[in-house]
Amino acid sequence: MAKKKRAVPGINSSSTADIAFMLLIFFLITTSMDTDRGLARRLPPPPEQNQKDDNILKKERNVLQVRLNKDDQLMCGKEYIDIKQLREKAKEFIANPYDDENLPEKHKKNIPLLGDCMVTEQHVISVQNDVGTSYQAYINVQNELVAAYNELRDELGKAKFGKAYNECSEDEQKAIREYYQQKISEAEPKKYGGKK
Amino acid sequence: MGKFNKTGKRGMPELNTSSLPDLIFTMLFFFMIVTTMREVTLKVQFRVPQATELEKLEKKSLVSFIYIGKPLPEFQKKMGAESRIQLNDKFAEVSEVQDYIYQERENMKEEDQPFMTVSMKVDSETKMGIVQDVKQALRQAYALNINYSATQRQ
Repeated sequence: MAKKKRAVPGINSSSTADIAFMLLIFFLITTSMDTDRGLARRLPPPPEQNQKDDNILKKERNVLQVRLNKDDQLMCGKEYIDIKQLREKAKEFIANPYDDENLPEKHKKNIPLLGDCMVTEQHVISVQNDVGTSYQAYINVQNELVAAYNELRDELGKAKFGKAYNECSEDEQKAIREYYQQKISEAEPKKYGGKK
Repeated sequence: MGKFNKTGKRGMPELNTSSLPDLIFTMLFFFMIVTTMREVTLKVQFRVPQATELEKLEKKSLVSFIYIGKPLPEFQKKMGAESRIQLNDKFAEVSEVQDYIYQERENMKEEDQPFMTVSMKVDSETKMGIVQDVKQALRQAYALNINYSATQRQ
């Protein structure tokens, strides 16, 4: 009984493509492509019941007031400015390169890797907005302030370590952060008149 | 010139499609990797503002989302056209934000809890009043790491 080898019929695989297509479409529909990016911020912890407003204790020269009103007009210090000027203003305020009387005072501080430095440790940028301010305007201001810090950090990194802040090692970044600490305080909103 | 005579129909050779599924599968895997599952169905519409100094949101599992914007047209009859807050799948009030944060935090691993981040996806035309209220609520709930969602400005 010589058995003839029976050929196994090949499975028809022409529909696998269709199956894969269906899977593909399913994933295309249920997933989203958006990479989430944004401005990272840290809020201050909630105020204690009987805590005094410590803003009062700050000297006037150490505080940069940035105000936004309900029509998205921007005020920095005592004058109206354009959003494009804010970055330069903030940089000048944070760094105080010429030891100006009216800009934040400098203190000596020992930072690892950088040694003794004069830093404007006490400075605070206070952002105040109205209830009617638009969110875009608020983000613009926040963005410019963060940009000011980033530029200063980059400059310092280039001067001390020869590279931009992002390319520095972790310790170097920490030292730079220590030098230019981000201090943006967000006061409670005020209603400067106008309808709510 | 017998070389060029065209006698006899030459059949079109059949295209080999056996690798087509593989191609599609590669595409499928590509999309599975670069995209993320959509967690909620949006009930508000928003266009996030533009900014330049952006940071990437790391670790999706640590992030909770708060959406603020105008309700979608089909909900506007009921909810009005003013900006509303959406938590998970439904509209919410400012007073519910704190509970939402506590709940989200409960769901996290304990060692991850301090790194919790709240991503605020807010429409660029929203008034700051509602955003400020939410921020105060987040402060009360000790959710201090926040991220204002934005897109890159060219």
